[in-house]
Amino acid sequence: MASLIPCPHCGQRPREEFTVKGAALARPAADAAWELWFDYVYLRDNPRGRYDEHWHHTSGCRRWLVVTRNTATHEIEGARDAAARKEAAQ
Amino acid sequence: MRYSALSVFLNGLRGNTAWKPAWREPTPKSHYDVIIVGGGGHGLATAYYLAKEFGIRNVAVLEKNYVGSGNVGRNTTIIRSNYLLPGNNPFYELSMKLWEGLEQDFNFNAMVSQRGVLNLFHSDAQRDAYMRRGNAMRLHGVDADLLDRTQVRQMLPFLGFDNARFPILGGLIQRRGGTVRHDGVAWGYARGADAMGVDIIQDCEVTAIRRYKGRVTGVETSKGFIGCSKLAVAVAGNSSQVAAMVDMRLPIESHVLQAFVSEGLKPFIDCVITFGAGHFYVSQSDKGGLVFGGDIDGYNSYAQRGNLASVEHVIEAGKAMIPALSRVRVLRSWGGIMDMSMDGTPIIDRTHIDNLYLNAGWCYGGFKATPASGFCFAHLVATNEPHAVTREMRLDRFARGHLIDEKGQGAQPNLH
Repeated sequence: MASLIPCPHCGQRPREEFTVKGAALARPAADAAWELWFDYVYLRDNPRGRYDEHWHHTSGCRRWLVVTRNTATHEIEGARDAAARKEAAQ
Repeated sequence: MRYSALSVFLNGLRGNTAWKPAWREPTPKSHYDVIIVGGGGHGLATAYYLAKEFGIRNVAVLEKNYVGSGNVGRNTTIIRSNYLLPGNNPFYELSMKLWEGLEQDFNFNAMVSQRGVLNLFHSDAQRDAYMRRGNAMRLHGVDADLLDRTQVRQMLPFLGFDNARFPILGGLIQRRGGTVRHDGVAWGYARGADAMGVDIIQDCEVTAIRRYKGRVTGVETSKGFIGCSKLAVAVAGNSSQVAAMVDMRLPIESHVLQAFVSEGLKPFIDCVITFGAGHFYVSQSDKGGLVFGGDIDGYNSYAQRGNLASVEHVIEAGKAMIPALSRVRVLRSWGGIMDMSMDGTPIIDRTHIDNLYLNAGWCYGGFKATPASGFCFAHLVATNEPHAVTREMRLDRFARGHLIDEKGQGAQPNLH
């Protein structure tokens, strides 16, 4: 894991300031079929390579971020605010 | 050659020149009854028990690197069966019983040392939880003793009993738990399987799985195509990668777990101690080094190395438990890739493909399970029926809602 995470609000910050949550997945609708929910809760692509992950800038701006990094090399490609990502999806 | 005190003596007289390699280096045959992907502890144990218990000897173990280069050579060597849940405990107890007879069984010194595993507790609530787990263990016929503060102090006077935040109130001990020389396990199983005719093929990476009419017919490898009647996958952290070759998605994430060893010290820890107020476990190797570890780093990773933030976290917990550790120097640290399942419990099951079998999801508890995992996986591959103690370790338990969540964390693999 890289030592620095580029927070879109605070700039390059040490990894110790952040808390990892896990895979950044698109949440199904509340009334979606159970298979979709099962997939969302339990199944993972678990790629070796590019990966979107939720991190919380716990000791900084306290915003939720989506960090794109490489699971094989630990290089970070970029990070954006999780809310910004939601708006882009809509 | 059978190893014995006499063979050591006689070979010594001849200048130790007559020892043979412990296993052959065969070229792959065109077809095997069973191919096992993954030459780690579990894959080698599976091959060993397939040959020994089920008489299936036309078996190949394919390892992309060298035998024991993955997690079986990277763990903190602890064995125990101090589990709470009925879906887990009998399995791990079977493993403990196999450990107890393992060295005689495969004629190899794996240095099985039942020095005891002590879990410390630091609050009344934690004592109650440990007492419950101890009672559950005893109901399953497993040994467990609850020690009070005085008893723990007599055993290990150097612990930080009066830590202001986490005073040590006592501990739950499984005296039959302990440590095993981890490489010896891989070598012993490899040698034992090889002697019964199993081909152990190193530097042979599986790149694709060939199928015909819904059945596996063989694997494409870096040494060409190898056919098989049954394919058994035991590849730990790479489970999702191999499953993706047959378009399967698993309830597994790959995470990195670090482990550490200190400089050699005079003997002072004669058991395994785990900290109850943080995640830290330590034992002392026969060379004197403290072997210790903690939590996984928490982010998905396929790199066999971790991050300094986790190093600091582990060592802080260790220092809180044993204040004297502050002056000990760490010699080295390393990382291994854990196949973290969604409920913290492994999967030993068949798949939607009739002759493809899966052994995965060991989280960071795979080493202690090695003998039972191999035994039960061999049972499944040979008979197509799960062994009685792995009946609940099914792949479809997530969809059916029958999770085995020992830690009660839910589908959050980096917290198990």
